[in-house]
Amino acid sequence: MKIFGYQLPAMSSLILWGILWEIVGQFELTFFLPPLSAIFTTLMEIGTTKVFLKALADTGYAFFVGTFCAIAIGIPVGILMGKNRLIDELLLPWVNMFLSAPLTALVPVLMVLFGFGMKSIIITTTLFAIWIIVLNSRAGVMQINRSLIEMAHSFGASPKDAFLKIYFWAALPEILGGVRIGFIRAVKGVIIGQLLISIVGFGALFELYSSNFLMKHFWAVLIVLFTIAFTIAEFLAHLERKVAYYAARR
Amino acid sequence: MNDIDYAVTVSNVYKNYGDVEALMDLSLDFPRGQLTSLLGPSGCGKTTLLKIIAGLLPADRGEVTVNGQPVTGPGSDRAFVFQDFALLPWASVLRNVAFGLELRGVAKSEREAIAEKYIGDVGLTGFENSYPHELSGGMRQRVGLARALSVDAQVLLMDEPFSAVDEQTRRKFQEDLLNLVKNESKTFIFVTHSIEEAVYVSDQVAILLPRPSRVSEIIKPEGFRHKDANSIRRDPEYLDIVDRIWASLRTYVE
Amino acid sequence: MVVMRYRSLLLKFLSAIIVFGSWEIAGRVPVSFAFPTFIESMAAFWVLLVEGTMFVAYAETLRPLVVGVLISAVLGIGIGMAIGLSRKFDWFVSPIFIVMQTAPLAALIPLLVMVYGIGLTSKVFVVCIMAMPVIVLNTSGAVRNTPESMIEMGQAFLGTKWDVIVKIILPAASPIIFAGLRLGVSAGFIGAILAELKITPTGVGDIITYSRSIADYPSMYAAIFSIILLAVIFLNILERIENFLFKGTRQGYATE
Repeated sequence: MKIFGYQLPAMSSLILWGILWEIVGQFELTFFLPPLSAIFTTLMEIGTTKVFLKALADTGYAFFVGTFCAIAIGIPVGILMGKNRLIDELLLPWVNMFLSAPLTALVPVLMVLFGFGMKSIIITTTLFAIWIIVLNSRAGVMQINRSLIEMAHSFGASPKDAFLKIYFWAALPEILGGVRIGFIRAVKGVIIGQLLISIVGFGALFELYSSNFLMKHFWAVLIVLFTIAFTIAEFLAHLERKVAYYAARR
Repeated sequence: MNDIDYAVTVSNVYKNYGDVEALMDLSLDFPRGQLTSLLGPSGCGKTTLLKIIAGLLPADRGEVTVNGQPVTGPGSDRAFVFQDFALLPWASVLRNVAFGLELRGVAKSEREAIAEKYIGDVGLTGFENSYPHELSGGMRQRVGLARALSVDAQVLLMDEPFSAVDEQTRRKFQEDLLNLVKNESKTFIFVTHSIEEAVYVSDQVAILLPRPSRVSEIIKPEGFRHKDANSIRRDPEYLDIVDRIWASLRTYVE
Repeated sequence: MVVMRYRSLLLKFLSAIIVFGSWEIAGRVPVSFAFPTFIESMAAFWVLLVEGTMFVAYAETLRPLVVGVLISAVLGIGIGMAIGLSRKFDWFVSPIFIVMQTAPLAALIPLLVMVYGIGLTSKVFVVCIMAMPVIVLNTSGAVRNTPESMIEMGQAFLGTKWDVIVKIILPAASPIIFAGLRLGVSAGFIGAILAELKITPTGVGDIITYSRSIADYPSMYAAIFSIILLAVIFLNILERIENFLFKGTRQGYATE
């Protein structure tokens, strides 16, 4: 959109919304929306408290371990499915099913089996992220241009060389795309896990603040969470764009 | 001077896209009832000019008139044939051909009757209820052509209509176009980048050069216009003109 | 050979047996006192079904889902189209939905409970915030990506703005809009269950939490199994409808 001939950057309307929020807050139009500035002040205060930092650490830990597992298991499985038809036909229905199934329903099971702690949250995170990573890895392998494969054969490439020098790079953009979406799902997973289990991390903080109606604190933590999630997603998108510069002409 | 009747006139037209000057002070006239080609390498502004005549793009400066009336937007006196066919994938051939009439508010039975006639004219009888994805590229373009003919406009604007079909089909289309021009009393404006095609089908060829876009030459092939479709491609004058044009254009190929 | 023809069906059956078989074995080991066998869970499932508890529960659970999805669909498509058609509106509104898409919206649930209490309203809200972003973004993307030449064609043949929107843009965008609806329903399911487990359990959520509290694990697993089964079947049906409706257009547009 242009104003006076200047192209406005894409997400800049958020500034406007922020101003709107501040106004609503200053006029105390609703109890549930304190002014943005007050929220930021509170954020500064609690941002360095032990409680907050522990929650951040817990969440971060669960998130990274969870996504690591999802990637470590998901990519190889996906590649395997892409290459081997039998395994693909056996596993694909389940992967597709769990991709769209409401995984939230599985959390009570996890709670019962693995207790109310970090373990369950990590597994929740892994479960949320893994399916799309598997599917995209599979797709990445399956869409490798036939002529690239034939080219590798015709130049006598060893299987190791073929994989490392050709197939890996050909499939990479698609795999990275899957990892990016997987990360976003993992963020949802780690939060949903914490919400339902609510003894650790930000889940516990949300419980605490909401039951005590500490709106400023509640929003402060929420905004931090949203910003982290968004930053990770954007960073990954940036990474993906860098790798995918050749993607259109694979 | 004006014993020639010009259906379309373009006078001192300028068009910019941001910093890029697509057209600069371009003037050209199109005789009624004839086929004029706009020929040139990519970037010479021929499609831009065509769309300005069609009323799909506004000129920054200058004037375009059709039948003496200035162009302010699309009108019922002009019909457009698109390079990528622009068919509705979810509609049958019959509905696609009748679409121009549908947009003008013509009643269903009437427009379908008209559409059926033109479907027959372009040789697609029997395919009224087929869908675009069931047709070959050549057939799809014939649907596009039938649609443009159905609205009975006096000026037919064709934007590289044969570039998206295979070579054999393309040759057939060129022959069919010659017959079409002979039988219909419409004015045709035809954009192409193929020299052979332009010289083959046109009553006059306007050669456009890029940067800045300008009309460098207007060629009126005379000698072989009356010959039948097959003999034209071997006519010496035809071959001479093609060579001449290529010689002057080849410096503009990147 | 008969085997070859039914190969895919056979393999699906085989993989089901492998998975359910492992479940059964794991239950017998037992992996954990809280892990019933497949057969025990199916028995409990059957009981719930036959006693009618299942149906009553779902009637409760599906209410916020259906209402929420309907609202999300109508609002979502409307907003999505507005975004697709107007650059100003796009600039103003789409960042909100882009943020909603990446952000873990589940975190807002405690807030909603604070504002709207623990009734149907907050549950519907949860479904809406989960489902709307993907519907809006899919719709706006599809509208914005309508092939330029088709729109030009509509203008060239003297179509009014309304004509172009209703006869060209909307039909061209339908496959992606429908896919967005399907994803929205899927997200809505998650929302509905979250609402049950987090706000107040009624319906199926109640079965889950109650059976957990009395250590009736087979029933708990049965309930969860039923949710997943229902979601999967329903989404599958949607996908089939989508494929049926848009059979022709899936081959790509009739332009090169």
